[in-house]
Amino acid sequence: MPKDHGIGASPKRREDVRFLTGTGNYTDDINVYGQAYVYFLRSDMAHGNIKNIDTSAAEAMSGVVKIFTGADFEGVGGIPCGWEITDKNGDAMQEPAHPVLAIGKVRHVGDPIAAVVADSLEEARNAAEAIDVDIEELPAVVDMKAALEDGATKVHDDLTSNLCYDWQFGTETADVDAAFAGAAHVTTLELTNNRLVANPMEPRVAVGDYNRAGDHSTLHTTSQNPHVIRLLMGAFVLGIPEHKLTVVAPDVGGGFGTKIFHYAEEAFVTFAAKACNRAVKWTSSRSEAFMSDAHGRDHVSKIELALDADNNFVGLRTDTYANMGAYLSTFASSVPTWLHGTLMAGNYKTPAVQVNVKAVFTTTVPVDAYRGAGRPEATYQLERLIDKAARELSVDPMALRRQNFITSFPYATPVAVEYDTGDYNATMDKMEELMDFPGFAARRAASEAKGMLRGRGVNCFIEACGIAPSNLVGQLGARAGLYDAATVRVNATGSISVMVGAHSHGQGHETVFPQVVAEMLGIDEGMIDIVHGDTSKIPFGMGTYGSRSLAVCGSAMVRATEKIINKAKKIAAHLLEASEGDIELKDGQFSVAGTDKSVAWGDVTLAAYVPHNYPLEDIEPGLEETAFYDPANFTYPAGAYACEVEVDPETGKVTIEKFVSADDFGNVVNPMIVEGQVHGGIAQGIGQALLENCAYDENGQLLSASYMDYAMPRADDLPHMANYVVDHSCQTPCTHNPLGVKGCGEAGAIGSPPTVVNAVLDALNSGNHDVEHIDMPVSPSRVWEAMNG
Amino acid sequence: MYSFDVERPTSVADAATALGKEDAQALGGGQTLIPTLKQRLASPSVLVSLSGIDEIKGVSSDGGKITIGGGTNHATVAAEAGAYAALADLANNIGDPAVRNRGTIGGSLANNDPSACYPAAALASGATITTNNRDIAADDYFQGMFTTALEEGEIVTSVSFPVPEAASYQKFEQPASRFSLVGVFVAKYADSVRVAVTGASEEGVFRWSEAEAALSGNFSADALEGLSVSGDGMISDLHGSGDYRAHLVKVMTKRAVAAAS
Repeated sequence: MPKDHGIGASPKRREDVRFLTGTGNYTDDINVYGQAYVYFLRSDMAHGNIKNIDTSAAEAMSGVVKIFTGADFEGVGGIPCGWEITDKNGDAMQEPAHPVLAIGKVRHVGDPIAAVVADSLEEARNAAEAIDVDIEELPAVVDMKAALEDGATKVHDDLTSNLCYDWQFGTETADVDAAFAGAAHVTTLELTNNRLVANPMEPRVAVGDYNRAGDHSTLHTTSQNPHVIRLLMGAFVLGIPEHKLTVVAPDVGGGFGTKIFHYAEEAFVTFAAKACNRAVKWTSSRSEAFMSDAHGRDHVSKIELALDADNNFVGLRTDTYANMGAYLSTFASSVPTWLHGTLMAGNYKTPAVQVNVKAVFTTTVPVDAYRGAGRPEATYQLERLIDKAARELSVDPMALRRQNFITSFPYATPVAVEYDTGDYNATMDKMEELMDFPGFAARRAASEAKGMLRGRGVNCFIEACGIAPSNLVGQLGARAGLYDAATVRVNATGSISVMVGAHSHGQGHETVFPQVVAEMLGIDEGMIDIVHGDTSKIPFGMGTYGSRSLAVCGSAMVRATEKIINKAKKIAAHLLEASEGDIELKDGQFSVAGTDKSVAWGDVTLAAYVPHNYPLEDIEPGLEETAFYDPANFTYPAGAYACEVEVDPETGKVTIEKFVSADDFGNVVNPMIVEGQVHGGIAQGIGQALLENCAYDENGQLLSASYMDYAMPRADDLPHMANYVVDHSCQTPCTHNPLGVKGCGEAGAIGSPPTVVNAVLDALNSGNHDVEHIDMPVSPSRVWEAMNG
Repeated sequence: MYSFDVERPTSVADAATALGKEDAQALGGGQTLIPTLKQRLASPSVLVSLSGIDEIKGVSSDGGKITIGGGTNHATVAAEAGAYAALADLANNIGDPAVRNRGTIGGSLANNDPSACYPAAALASGATITTNNRDIAADDYFQGMFTTALEEGEIVTSVSFPVPEAASYQKFEQPASRFSLVGVFVAKYADSVRVAVTGASEEGVFRWSEAEAALSGNFSADALEGLSVSGDGMISDLHGSGDYRAHLVKVMTKRAVAAAS
């Protein structure tokens, strides 16, 4: 019998009432009295020297408040990068300046050149068209390998080259070389992890406000982490101390990583509100989002696997080019390194693993974390490679994986992480059971009878979530801690507000977090609300990304609730005239062990705030506790995924007939929400595998700049729900956080792309077909070309 | 968008007068024009909305012909053009419900997007496009990508389709826009077969005459076996090369013949 409340229950998402009835409060719903609007004049050229910007005609136009260019931001800091990478020679990465508005050069289509603040958006836009900009076009830098050749055009003239860093990690070269030298078989694969645009349903919005009387700035913004924005913008860009700056991220309509970062538009509206003494609002159009939201992925990799005569993995090495775009976005530098290299061992006990990454500047939109961030890139390489090895060796791809699984824990990989727990055979067993493998031959025959090809693909993956232990990431170059924080404020009548550092932008925290507190206290979930997204209300937590909310912020909430329980027991002991050690809390009642004496939760909370009969000599009145939680390790969700596809050999169109995921997320608080997260993640991964492709031409022009050319997954691109099975029954609880949870937000997007592509390649190697390789997105035309190339 | 004036005539005559103004632009369902205006890629001084003109709306069927008012939206065609099932089916698969309830047949034919569906139906059916001034045969009407025989200010008031014995429209969708990457409309009449292809050519919708000849003698997919289409002059973009589109022309034609009813 499933639980109907508390941990393990699936109450409906309480936030959906407002989201589905149009009563949410998104940033664009926020209008400040007297606000002005900004329109950014953006570069339509990929690369060029700014010779002159003449704003005189535009300034005279109707409604114009003020026009800003890069010159107005001299003396203001640039947009910072939050993670310094040390390259293989021990040198710091090359870190270019990232001005709020372009200074001297434009470096990608969409780079903001000038900003017009006006009474209305139309007037701002009209004036922007009247700005006379003289730009001397320079060659675009698009191809990463060409960008690193001698004499290549430099994106940043003051850097020595377009190389941000050349990073090496894992097993020493000599040991890896020895593993390959002794191998019975080596499989090599070169592939591309396609560039993506995150495309949250809500585009970015920022409203800057300034209170002259209090010298206080407020930024309303579409962020996954308002405290991170306050820290970065206040300390590094605008020089505003924390007590003079409030950042509010209200309802946010999806983030997927691209709303983690501090963007120039946020700094601009905050700066301009003070300069104009008037609130300034910016709402991104969808077209602007394509050329100003940080993109995702964009790796080109060569990966090699060495196997011994018994098909044991003995060595793995990778060589990746990672596109940074024109500037370093907030966490861009960490994605291809620490979020990618550390996962390269996968689920396998390969003894020698070495990861090489060259990060490259190009004249394209900056690239940063996107759902999974580095871990999908690692998984995609490894799991495509294992399938290729299985084909070359004519062995069953699942047997090859099982043979090489890590089976005892804790397990320290050659790439610096220690998996605390897991059971990869269990998820594989569950996946096989749900997929009905014995029936595949008949299904393939049925497909072939109607002229179609059928393939099946599998994938195993592991991710490092619950980001992250601060002392570890500090050693690795992070410029911030990655703990989180929660304040549990119990009110006089027993109701509770929990102020959390995590930010919900679709995840359902408002439903899930109260389930945990309600379980601990034995009270109704309806008595508990979550407060998030406003730096003036919440403790200094680091927000939501990296599948961290419940594992890190939830753990802080548990610790704070434990403090509440300890104090409440003291109060109850006083009220019951008993010893504190004899007090038990169950179902919202404090009782004296072995007696029928008890006092209700509400009586204890009332006593805390009306302390007439209260141990004032021992404890303070009130019932409010804060805890910060810094995780001891990452969490390591893992899973086994499978899918079956049909390929139409005449058109190349791929249809996903069935998709199965078997995930180990450790303990699960709200199964319904977990399943929704996995369904959504898989949909995004299917989008990457089959549809999405952010493409530039050789001139640095964005070819996929709208939904006319950028293909998003839609409902009919996915299997019917009956054949879209997500399972989380295999549970090895995390060993080091109090809830035993691992995180579920990114798994689907990590595990699904290689599953789909492996299935397509299986289909394209059936019958008399033998397609060795295909890159994502596996579009109809690419399939047809691979088959007829 | 830039600011503009809007006129909402209720008769074709008033619309024609309004369109005589400088920089006036007819507005059908707005499925192409409104996004273009929002991008500031067009700046008409007057938009003349045709959506209030009842005389150019509706579907009627008579003596082997089906006539559709130029202002009729796709959803209405899908619902009411059952006498020409392939045409109703085509209308029912344009865009999404919002597009089908706004977009009009006249607007689609006047715009002549090289990936639009209706031009294939009109050309394959040998339709007659009637304007406020004249009748234009489909073979004379389509003059290349976004180009038609329409004169400045001329309004498509109706389109008349001879109903074939059998027909089918097969669309292979471009994955992002879901316009036709290649769409083929095959219509079999007593004396001939007509095959029109949209989405593929840089010249816009065209008739595949070799296929028409082959199918006129033997209306079966097998009749197309020996034929091939050249990739020269075909659109080549992110979603497929000219050769791929040329290949799809044949695949979709065979499927249309097989599905024709």
